[in-house]
Amino acid sequence: MAEVVLMPQLGESVTEGTIGQWLKKVGDTVEKYESLLEVMTDKVNAEVPAPVGGTVSKILVKEGQTVGVGTPICEIAVSGEEESPSSEAQEGPETAQPSQSQANSGSPEMAQTHQEGVEVSSNGDSLRGRYSPAVRRLASENHINPDTIDGTGAKGRVTRQDILKAISEQRESATEPARTPSQEAQAEPSAAPSPTSSPSANETPVLQGAPAVIDPEDEIVPLPSVRKVIAERMVRSKTTVPHAWLMMEVDVSGLVALREQLKEEFKAKEGISLTYVPFMLKAVVQALKAVPEMNAQWNGDSIVMKKRINIGMATATDRGLIVPVIKNADEKSLVGLARSSQDLVKRARNGRLTMDDLTGGTFTVDNTGAIGTVLTYPIINAPEVGIITMEAIVKRPVVVQDMVAIRSMMNICISFDHRVVDGAEAGKFVRIVKENLEAVGPSTSIY
Amino acid sequence: MAKAKLTPELLKEIYYYMALSRAVDDRMWILNRQGRAPVVYSSNGHEATQVGAVMALNRGEDWIVPYYRDLAMVIAYGETPREIMLHLLGRAADPNSGGRQMPAHWGLKRRHIMTTGSVVATQDVHAAGLALASKVLKDGRVSLASFGEGSTSQGEFHEALNFASVHKLPVIFLNENNGYAISVPARKQMAIMDVAARAQGYGIPGVIVDGNDPIKVYEVTQEAAERARRGEGPTLIEAKTYRFVPHSSDDDDRAYRSREEVAEWKKRDPVMTFEKRLIDEKVMTEDELKAMQQRIKNEVNDATDFAEKAPLPDPNTLGRYVYAE
Amino acid sequence: MAVMSYLEAIRETLRQELRRDSRIIIYGEDVGVRGGVFRVTEGLQKEFGEDRVMDSPLAEAAIIGTAIGAAVNGLRPIPEIQFADFIFPAINQIVQEAARIRYRSNGDFGVPLVIRAPFGGGVHGALYHSQSVEVFFAHVPGLKVVIPGTPYDAKGLLAAAVEDEDPVLYFEHKAAYRSLKGEVPEERYLIPIGKADLKRSGKDISIITYGLMVNYALKAAEALEKEGISAEILDLRSIRPLDVQMILETAKKTGKVLIVHEDNLTGGIGGEISALIAEHALFDLDAPIRRLAGPDVPAMPYSPPLEHAFMITSDKITEAARDLAKF
Repeated sequence: MAEVVLMPQLGESVTEGTIGQWLKKVGDTVEKYESLLEVMTDKVNAEVPAPVGGTVSKILVKEGQTVGVGTPICEIAVSGEEESPSSEAQEGPETAQPSQSQANSGSPEMAQTHQEGVEVSSNGDSLRGRYSPAVRRLASENHINPDTIDGTGAKGRVTRQDILKAISEQRESATEPARTPSQEAQAEPSAAPSPTSSPSANETPVLQGAPAVIDPEDEIVPLPSVRKVIAERMVRSKTTVPHAWLMMEVDVSGLVALREQLKEEFKAKEGISLTYVPFMLKAVVQALKAVPEMNAQWNGDSIVMKKRINIGMATATDRGLIVPVIKNADEKSLVGLARSSQDLVKRARNGRLTMDDLTGGTFTVDNTGAIGTVLTYPIINAPEVGIITMEAIVKRPVVVQDMVAIRSMMNICISFDHRVVDGAEAGKFVRIVKENLEAVGPSTSIY
Repeated sequence: MAKAKLTPELLKEIYYYMALSRAVDDRMWILNRQGRAPVVYSSNGHEATQVGAVMALNRGEDWIVPYYRDLAMVIAYGETPREIMLHLLGRAADPNSGGRQMPAHWGLKRRHIMTTGSVVATQDVHAAGLALASKVLKDGRVSLASFGEGSTSQGEFHEALNFASVHKLPVIFLNENNGYAISVPARKQMAIMDVAARAQGYGIPGVIVDGNDPIKVYEVTQEAAERARRGEGPTLIEAKTYRFVPHSSDDDDRAYRSREEVAEWKKRDPVMTFEKRLIDEKVMTEDELKAMQQRIKNEVNDATDFAEKAPLPDPNTLGRYVYAE
Repeated sequence: MAVMSYLEAIRETLRQELRRDSRIIIYGEDVGVRGGVFRVTEGLQKEFGEDRVMDSPLAEAAIIGTAIGAAVNGLRPIPEIQFADFIFPAINQIVQEAARIRYRSNGDFGVPLVIRAPFGGGVHGALYHSQSVEVFFAHVPGLKVVIPGTPYDAKGLLAAAVEDEDPVLYFEHKAAYRSLKGEVPEERYLIPIGKADLKRSGKDISIITYGLMVNYALKAAEALEKEGISAEILDLRSIRPLDVQMILETAKKTGKVLIVHEDNLTGGIGGEISALIAEHALFDLDAPIRRLAGPDVPAMPYSPPLEHAFMITSDKITEAARDLAKF
């Protein structure tokens, strides 16, 4: 059998060698330990002895060529009795890397020092319910109960990636099709803060509510995650923000007349319905410009005056409440607002909202009138300062210039953060909304 | 450097530094015993060796690498009584260390006094290194390392002598052999009588000199310096002397030395004997001597007041000079 | 740009520095006529003469102690300690003298000094030719400790070390000398001491390491990528000072940190890095910080299976990283 001779490692740190001269040719016989070739490295030049006796059967690397340590350089056909024991003896110390089986023979020290982090913290059992600091923080910031998440980590552990995935899924699911087909902004009596709003500086622990009384015939419905988020946000807003409330009634007869007059033409021209919502949005934007304190956020020891005006629209879906945001609403025309709002509602129904659509709101408008209310008390979408509702438009007898007249009346209600503003500012703000809406008449241009 | 003559001016200068050092030394002990200075290391008794040696150098140009016993040496090399007192009292303006090191840990770059630590004999190799640079840079400087006989037991003492002699470095190794390393007598430090005999093993001259005679120390040092400057390599000088006080203000030498032994050596107090010699040989008059002693007294009083009034370091400077700023 | 080995990069940088600044001298055991036992200084004595590239007596304390003196008196010495394992006789000079001189003199003195020493195992060097000693020095304020992981970094860090006004320990992994090759620009450039380098960007786990292990970690990262695990590799380059900012950045980014060093586990620099992350990035951590380090045995044994069992390999890194990614 042929013995393969490898390029030896001649000295510490040497990784390759150059064949200087073959002292034996193919066909030459060579004795064990007889010089076989000269190898040059940058550390030493040395004659390399044959590892076994026999006949040189192949030369694999030519003189002058440089090859790595361990590369086969020639083969020697071994003469009968001198086979394996000698070759092992020779090869052992020259081999740079020991065989795999040797490498695997781990010592107790190795096991001890190569810190088995997983083992240490798991006690060998399931890691469900054991959360890393990152998971705890993300859960708290996003009001997610990590118990509800399937863990993909070791032993069922909920990883940071798992919770990040859950957060994005929650946003996705919250944008699935809305139940009500017609109105663009059907909403429940209160607005859910968008799931991405940042945590407030002074987080207050949520108090335990009164426990439910369960009778045998009652059905217990597990809480969907969106419901859970909404619940947590509502509790948080109501328990941390001192809500104050006020209402004004608005004579929208002019607006109603204008809409009646334009709606067919508008639908034909723009391809979307003309509703009261863009008029409300426009009025709110103008009021926010006039009273910038309402476009602000409470920040513990300071107040953040928001430069952009991004209006959130509380929107009902069959999974729950969601608040898509019209960015830079102050830069949009009435038609632009109509288009943006309907686009958002449509995409909310189709589950097509993006992260961007759901973040950055600075004030919220809630079209509660779509479900027929005339008076609501909305919960603030913290950390925003206020949320304003537009109630159902109802024809009522009112006194106009000391005469009773039938007018189209709409109530607007506002909840506001009394830490940031007082009734004076909030009242001024609502009055400006009212004046703007009342200023609309049949001759108002919508372009 | 041409061979300086032992002019009357030079002799008076030698005496001045010896006496000034002794006066500063005495004051440091007083401050310690008053509780105003935490610890004192003294050169009391070594003045002739230290002053005699460095007066033979090109002061401020040649490097000295002293050890903690070398108060008189650094005074002769240019540290003022004020600077010494600032150092003793850990004042911010202490030029040796800014109040960071214990007293007697010298170092003043502008005077070419190498900074020193506490581990003995480390400075011997520094002196060889300073001399190595002088050899490469051809700056004509000589380095002088001084050390007690106890530290000659350290490896670095031998490494320094070996390195310097192999490379013929311009360095002088000055051993101030006072017979004790704190309490351990020289005979328990080495199995030979003289440190100077070590020189043989390194192929360099080993010279024994009376360490209480500043003139003799001056002369052997001058010769060693000339030899070094000629490129002939190092010299080991062993100056046999005695310390009259305990190792430090925290030591009590009565535990290891008889009073008789101390009294015997005190008869040869270098400051007193040199003073007598200058008077006897009419280098100085009694009046001149008194005037100089008065000047010294004033200097020491001034230095003490100055240092005591000087501000302590600001704790905010604790983190400074870990690295270059 | 020339492709050079790690060793050649160091040699050519030494040559460039010796040409640039006549105050630089190199000395140590066998560095002159023989050009060093690893040939790092080969040819330098011939070019620069015996005064500047000098064989010294075989005494490490004297080599470093004299270099301190020479530095104070105007030279820029680059002493070599033949093997890092032999640096211990000089510890007192390095730690108590070189490191403390600026501080103890209140800024009056400084010691611009670069101590080069080959370290690390995997070359059959056994107990006294394989050690990783860097952390002894990383513990000491006043010292800087750099460990290049590539030929490019070897050059830039060495030039920066020479330029530095304080004592720098420059550790060269001897298994890297001839096995690592890479492009090295001819012109002089400095890599700031204390700046880590992101050798690879990833999102699932961070591997923080230095020296030869950077190379092994890069190989491991390739293997992990095939398994769908994206590993980020931070090469510390300096272990004193540490680049705290980059350490925290990568830890916060992935939340899973594997620290790799060949040096022994206990008291290794990995412990310090772990502490920094625990102190400053706790709420971004998604897994226990993990260390893959040399075992706590006194040193690397000689016989191949024992040596291999000690050494960190890219396979061991892959395995540890995979475990961590799955956590």
